Amino acid sequence: MNAPWLDWLPMLLDGTLITIQVALLSAVVSIVLSALAGLGSLSRYAVVRLISRAYVELFRACSLLVLLFWVYFALPFLQIELSKLMAGVLAIGLNIGAYGAEIVRSSVSAVSGGQREAGIALNLSGTQRMLRVILPQAAVRMVPPFGNLMIELLKSTSLVYFITLSDLTYEAMVLRNNYYVWTPYIFGLLLLIYFLISSCISLVSRLLERRLAVWR
Amino acid sequence: MITQIEKQWYDESAENEAGHALSPSLRPAGGKPIVRFRSVRKSFGELPVLKGIDLDIYPGEKIALIGPSGSGKTTLGRMLMTLEEPTAGTILIDGEPLWAMEKNGKPVRANEKHLQKMRGKVGMVFQHFHLFPHMSVLKNVTLAPRSVLKLSKEEAEELAVAMLRKVGLEDKLHVYPSQLSGGQKQRVAIARALVMQPKIMVFDEVTSALDPELVGEVLSVIKEIAKEGQMAMLLITHEMEFAREVADRVIFGAEGLIVEEGKPEQIFTNPRSERLQAFLQRFL
Repeated sequence: MNAPWLDWLPMLLDGTLITIQVALLSAVVSIVLSALAGLGSLSRYAVVRLISRAYVELFRACSLLVLLFWVYFALPFLQIELSKLMAGVLAIGLNIGAYGAEIVRSSVSAVSGGQREAGIALNLSGTQRMLRVILPQAAVRMVPPFGNLMIELLKSTSLVYFITLSDLTYEAMVLRNNYYVWTPYIFGLLLLIYFLISSCISLVSRLLERRLAVWR
Repeated sequence: MITQIEKQWYDESAENEAGHALSPSLRPAGGKPIVRFRSVRKSFGELPVLKGIDLDIYPGEKIALIGPSGSGKTTLGRMLMTLEEPTAGTILIDGEPLWAMEKNGKPVRANEKHLQKMRGKVGMVFQHFHLFPHMSVLKNVTLAPRSVLKLSKEEAEELAVAMLRKVGLEDKLHVYPSQLSGGQKQRVAIARALVMQPKIMVFDEVTSALDPELVGEVLSVIKEIAKEGQMAMLLITHEMEFAREVADRVIFGAEGLIVEEGKPEQIFTNPRSERLQAFLQRFL
């Protein structure tokens, strides 16, 4: 008895595209938030530090699923209605961004103080020191943990199933209803697809690390 | 926060000779001091590191600052480079306060813009080099001329290559710092600071982190630069032979104060204070 793979593929492909879409968009949101809150945590202005820290502590602590429900089911009561996709992207972006901010903050502060002082001695401005001296060195430290985080992000996109966004997990659940006896195969395939996408993330991360660290 | 001394400076005229730290016999002929420390104090928390420093440095003058560790030598250099702010007192560069500026006719604490203007006159070479590890040797040297002096790529590189030739490293242009020896790293750091053409350069124990066999190459580069003359140098050092050979004036500091100063011959052959005599004993 052969599994009806071909019947599944169109649905799984649709789901995969949605998953990739959610992952890419929320990656952009989370990376932007990581940079803002991470650098904000090191700001010389107390207000900026406070806001950044509050964001990190708040969104790191809250369960992604609850946050997702909040954004999708609770915000409409405040007259803010988001599409399923936007709700998913916002919730995942906010949550993962809080972790990313810690990576940015710790990588930037790990660059030795001597580098900052050498920048001052050469009369570089604060912005020049950050962009030309500190960030390029911090970036090399950021890449491996960010690679991890992006894989974490990919896996957490499956939670959008619970707000019935038709992502990969959602499609697999539908297939399971229609082809109940093939459940192990369907979920096996699901795992494999997630594995393949996260392998791409690992690969990109490794290439980026090698490229950024040529000077080591 | 503005210190009492700075208020006073603004009340007096800039040309005031009062508080001249240097006895006339040691003053180079002609010219006003390029740097003046006046009653400069520095404490880290409760710990006083400098307890009232008066020091004038003249254009082109080579000053060796010697003394036991913990005497505040490095702190003095770091304050001139704006890496530390004095707790009290005034530092003047070209007659202008380093850490204070005038706003609406009133003296206020220097802002970043003022500090940047003043920093253009000062350069510094560090004990631990602090080269930018992610840039090639050439990029290390051209970064500041391009971003700060706004030179074109060609102008900056021409200048950088000339400086790297001066320190004997024109064959290492495209190498990363991690591939250089300590002595080579320090020579790149010297070229990187020189290319900005400061009026005074602080050399902060630049050979202390080097293997003994690499010290010579760095010192001879500094001697060469010293011979060219125009740039004043504040050499914080433990190399007594070097200090004697290069310096126009030697300053001996201990426990946060200047204990004795004079011409190298006098300091090394005829030290007056017991503190200096005891210090020099250890180098014999």
